[in-house]
Amino acid sequence: MGDLMLAEGGTFVPPGAKDFFLPPIFGGVTKPMVLVVLSVVIIAVFFLLATRSFKLVPSRFQFIAESIYDIGRNTIAREQIGGKDFKPFVPMIVTLFTFVLVNNLFGIIPIVQFPTMSHIGFPLALSLFVVYPVYHYVGFKRHGFTGYLKNQLFPPGAPKAVYLLLTPIEFFSKFVMNPITLAIRVFAAMFAGHLILLVFTLAGEFLLLEAGPLLKPVSLLSFAFAIAMTFLEALVQVIQAYIFALLSASYIGMALASDH
Amino acid sequence: MVLAQAAVDINPGLALIGYGLGAIGPGIGVGLIWAAVINGTARQPEARGPLMGIAWTTFVLVEVLALIGLVLYFLASAPAA
Repeated sequence: MGDLMLAEGGTFVPPGAKDFFLPPIFGGVTKPMVLVVLSVVIIAVFFLLATRSFKLVPSRFQFIAESIYDIGRNTIAREQIGGKDFKPFVPMIVTLFTFVLVNNLFGIIPIVQFPTMSHIGFPLALSLFVVYPVYHYVGFKRHGFTGYLKNQLFPPGAPKAVYLLLTPIEFFSKFVMNPITLAIRVFAAMFAGHLILLVFTLAGEFLLLEAGPLLKPVSLLSFAFAIAMTFLEALVQVIQAYIFALLSASYIGMALASDH
Repeated sequence: MVLAQAAVDINPGLALIGYGLGAIGPGIGVGLIWAAVINGTARQPEARGPLMGIAWTTFVLVEVLALIGLVLYFLASAPAA
């Protein structure tokens, strides 16, 4: 971001997509790579520490870990997949939830300040290589090849002529759009959120340091908005993590569901 | 008399107008969702929990359309080749 600030004549250069390409730290290792590995380490250490001495009446630390696990298991997995066959998927759902959550929260933590999901590759990898194979594989395994396709592409209970329109839409939605929108949802939310924070913070810095003296008080307004948007961003990040896990569980549930 | 001028790049402007138009639909949709939550909670305050759950689930589905619009703005605002 160094080349942003002092353009010729001191005009403000608004942040854009180029601000998301960070220089490598050493070798080919860039900041998002380090953050992803760091998030895994943080989650693993957190859960290992919290469950080191299991008590029946949990300590506060254990209670937090149990609450996170409970959200993934009951609120997300059991509700979306159904009480009968949700248990094998609980680890994956809890992992997706905590992984996306920690990586999103990196966007507002002071030193780090970069949501790794704002690079399209990370949510795309999660969506295309984890969620997409799992829910189709589970569907094929339960219903068989033709059974699964018939179940998904020809949902029962519609008049015959509607299938001409319904089947291509269902196919396009379930096999093409679902993984793409699952990735784009969290990517665009993190991208837009980080961009908003950049705009207010950089504008505040510019107004404070380089604008004329009459404009300097306006920088206070800009910084105040940056703080407000940070809180909003925190809410959006938690919601996006929750929704990512929720929709993954929902796709698995829909693949497993027999004819209603 | 036409003076020779440097070509003005209107791609980012058009892309922004496109995004603005495209954000109308999701805006209305999100408003409808939360209006339903408010109405439902007003009629039956005990239903607030499940209604909020449904609200967040459907909100993200509608919001993704506006977010796709934002992404497409950045793709479409590339300078005219």
